[in-house]
Amino acid sequence: MNKQNDMLSPELSPEALRKIDREVAKYPADQKQSAVMAALVIAQDEKGWLPKETIAAVASYLGMPPIAAYEVASFYNMYDLHPVGKYKLTVCTNLPCALSGGVHAADYVKEKLGIDFNETTPDGKFTLKEGECMGACGDAPVMLVNNKRMCSFMLPEAIDKLLAECN
Amino acid sequence: MALIDTINPLLTTGWSKGDAGWSLKDYESRGGYAQLKRILASKMSQDDVIAEVKKSALRGRGGAGFPAGLKWSFMPKAAAEKYVVCNTDEGEPGTFKDRDLLRYDPHSTIEGMIIAAYAVGAKRGYNYIHGEIFDIYQRFEEALDQARAAGYLGERILGSDFSFDLFAHHGWGAYICGEETGLLESIEGKKGQPRYKPPFPANFGLYGKPTTINNTETFAAIPFIMGMGGEAYLNLGKPNNGGTKLFSVSGHVNRPGNYEVPMGTPFAKLLEMAGGMRGGRKLKAVIPGGSSAPVLPADVMMECTMDYDSIAKAGSMLGSGAVIVMDETVCMVKALERLSYFYFEESCGQCTPCREGSGWLYRVVHRIEHGQGRPEDLDLLNRVTDNMMGKTICALADAAAFPVRSFIKHFKSEFEYHIEHKKCLVSPEVQRAGSGFFRASSAAGAA
Ligand SMILES: Cc1cc2nc3c(=O)[nH]c(=O)nc-3n(C[C@H](O)[C@H](O)[C@H](O)COP(=O)(O)O)c2cc1C
Ligand code: SF4
Ligand code: FES
Repeated sequence: MNKQNDMLSPELSPEALRKIDREVAKYPADQKQSAVMAALVIAQDEKGWLPKETIAAVASYLGMPPIAAYEVASFYNMYDLHPVGKYKLTVCTNLPCALSGGVHAADYVKEKLGIDFNETTPDGKFTLKEGECMGACGDAPVMLVNNKRMCSFMLPEAIDKLLAECN
Repeated sequence: MALIDTINPLLTTGWSKGDAGWSLKDYESRGGYAQLKRILASKMSQDDVIAEVKKSALRGRGGAGFPAGLKWSFMPKAAAEKYVVCNTDEGEPGTFKDRDLLRYDPHSTIEGMIIAAYAVGAKRGYNYIHGEIFDIYQRFEEALDQARAAGYLGERILGSDFSFDLFAHHGWGAYICGEETGLLESIEGKKGQPRYKPPFPANFGLYGKPTTINNTETFAAIPFIMGMGGEAYLNLGKPNNGGTKLFSVSGHVNRPGNYEVPMGTPFAKLLEMAGGMRGGRKLKAVIPGGSSAPVLPADVMMECTMDYDSIAKAGSMLGSGAVIVMDETVCMVKALERLSYFYFEESCGQCTPCREGSGWLYRVVHRIEHGQGRPEDLDLLNRVTDNMMGKTICALADAAAFPVRSFIKHFKSEFEYHIEHKKCLVSPEVQRAGSGFFRASSAAGAA
């Protein structure tokens, strides 16, 4: 199933709103806006990506202007403002990783999937992104799957295995 | 990546059991939270806590090396609302120590933050955790729940008059949020664009209130300092460079990983602990303190000891303690091109010298690497850096300039060769072999 189908309504599910409430509770009562980063992540997890309408829905829930939420969504790299594949793979190619194969790992994935950075496979399954240092350089090559799952020591066999697991 | 080796474990005492030793019970069985209990039970004065930290000569582990005790003493006593903030937005290329600190021993950071809050009179704190390490963020939240349930966080901690609560804030991919005022803006739910300083966070911090912000490793050292006393901690290292330090060793060594050693340990010893050079190849260069620190050639580095003063004397910075090791398979132009791309990509864009300058640096290094360099390009690069350094709101512009200046200074002939011959001095086959990626598989033909 393509995640894009979920975006038909910008409204967030009651469960997502409950999660946002938990984030709001971390901050002083008059600082609800502090929860906007977390709220956008929760919305992105639910919708697959962040259409403008969803960002506006998050803003309205937190009582802030939509433009303020949009500024946040466009500032941080891991928010997806356009649809992405079911699996977004982000490979770190920064220098410490490159010394231990980060760029070669990215090349290997490109070759296997037939796509370049910032492209999605025609079946909508994979999107490939170039990442910056993830604070895991000792485990190079490293890559992130859908922002939240870190994969370490991604040599050819490990990449083959990961791609095979992604259905 | 667990700890690989250590000479004098403090911060890494709890790491030996790997993922099985992080919980509250484990931490308590190692003597954890004993210092917090002692401070509260003895009603130790705030000034005495700060004095102990000053004595330890603990310098901030996030990059700038500012004395932690001195920073705490800047907090105004009278203010009613104050904050303590921990910087775990570890994004300085080469650095991966704070991630392991929170993974294997989150409670030492929590206890350190509670003690700091007591010392500066803060009632609330946040730990800002790097976006890419979601599992660590989850672990930290679990650890907070444990600490809250045990009465170490919340109202009237352990029956004292002192109340403090602590929360985790998860980043979402922006290097600039590692800069402390960018980080505070980010917690406020805005773009993470650094603020003008002064005012410094001790006067105008989170939500405009006095705020103490330190790196994870700085806070994690506090319980140990309070346990052994500031003087004993100082004596583990060398004068002005107290204690032990975590070094994240990456690149062309046999065993990349985190190493905790006393300040002042010879670099040669650290390299040996990291298993020596991969494949027995020759050391070419080292960036000793994260990608923002100037690169040093092998012979200079081999004479250094790992402490702020020795590395500064050699012309670089200890920075975050990220030791990036490069062997003879590295093309220095290509290495610099990647770093320059990073700063260009991560500049937040508020200051013209940084926004435009980082783009110039990347484009010129890129054209040299791709055989389109001009003889005047090296002067041009140095001139661009002159117009960036010290002329911006935050130090990212300097961080973009240092690698460029130092790579050209120490490896000028390699840049000149590139410009003249339109190719690398180090052959592509040699470069390709350096990473070790293709060795591991018969699928090597790709790329
Ligand atoms: C561009 C930039 C990035 C930074 N990144 C980090 C970081 O990832 N982690 C960190 O602790 N400090 C980072 N710093 C330093 C912080 O601004 C600040 O000095 C530090 O958190 C203070 O803590 P300390 O005194 O304990 O080191 C960065 C600074 C700059 C200019
Ligand atoms: S120096 Fe660069 S990163 Fe720092 S505030 Fe200015 S533009 Fe932003
Ligand atoms: S450079 Fe890739 S994780 Fe640090």
